[in-house]
Amino acid sequence: MSIKKKIKKIPGKFKFLFTVFFVYSIVFYFNKSLAITGIEKTYIMLIKIIPLLLFVLIIMTVMNLYIDSGKIEKHLGKDSGIKGWVYATIVGLLISGPPYVLFPMLKDLKASGMKNSLLAVFLYNRNVKISFIPVMMYYFGLKFTIITSVAIICFSILNGILIGFFVQDTAK
Amino acid sequence: MNIKKATQKSLNNFKIMIPILIGVLLLVNLITVASSDIYLKLFTGNYIKDSFIGALAGSVSFGIPVTSYIIGGELLKDGVSLLAVTAFILTWSTVGIAMLPLEISFLGKKFAIIRNIVNFIFAIVIAVLVVWILKII
Repeated sequence: MSIKKKIKKIPGKFKFLFTVFFVYSIVFYFNKSLAITGIEKTYIMLIKIIPLLLFVLIIMTVMNLYIDSGKIEKHLGKDSGIKGWVYATIVGLLISGPPYVLFPMLKDLKASGMKNSLLAVFLYNRNVKISFIPVMMYYFGLKFTIITSVAIICFSILNGILIGFFVQDTAK
Repeated sequence: MNIKKATQKSLNNFKIMIPILIGVLLLVNLITVASSDIYLKLFTGNYIKDSFIGALAGSVSFGIPVTSYIIGGELLKDGVSLLAVTAFILTWSTVGIAMLPLEISFLGKKFAIIRNIVNFIFAIVIAVLVVWILKII
């Protein structure tokens, strides 16, 4: 296998990390202490956030245990009406996963009649995650967390209305 | 879903998150150490400029939202304005320039482009609104 093909096979997250290591090695060559201080600061930060990450992992696992994708499909399908908006908001808040995991699921939902506006509502509410709220509170405080979360939920509805206006649903 | 599958799903999300988190924190710390006042020069407290730069930075980044909270929190400690950080964490998971081709292929070109533009504008509006509300309460 050629080097080009091997590089192509490396996942994006590692390509990014290797690029950062490469930047560090260049910096290290020209300014040793700068690179070492950067690594030390990162190490201290990572040690500090380990308990926080473990907490998030536990909450995410508990949420995964109680979310049933079959039920989601049932409530977000065509003719879901006002209930569909409520479900899109709630599911967006509860479901976790990177976009490349969610997009195929959303494509299936769209194929079974989910409106573009509900897709937009769902995707916008990914911003607020019950499992991540403790982290947001730790860094930004309770007031910020409440105001931002409420604003995101309200704007997700506006987002859905705008997307529904600009992007017509394809007739089935 | 049983406990084994649920744990596996969460761990898979973490496997994606960790390399990105380490990479971004390494970069942020390198920039901070190299120029301790870079953020103070870049973020002047101007409502539109700060939130625009923050939103732009979040748009080109990717990962699960918790990563953006951690990075945003550290940026805040380094002197980046709350306005910029709020816009940053908002666009982190709602605007995905890197994910745009993927979104287009699954959900359609018009949907993906309009959604990302609307979300970018909303991030700036919400950031201004949140900081303004925090100031008055």
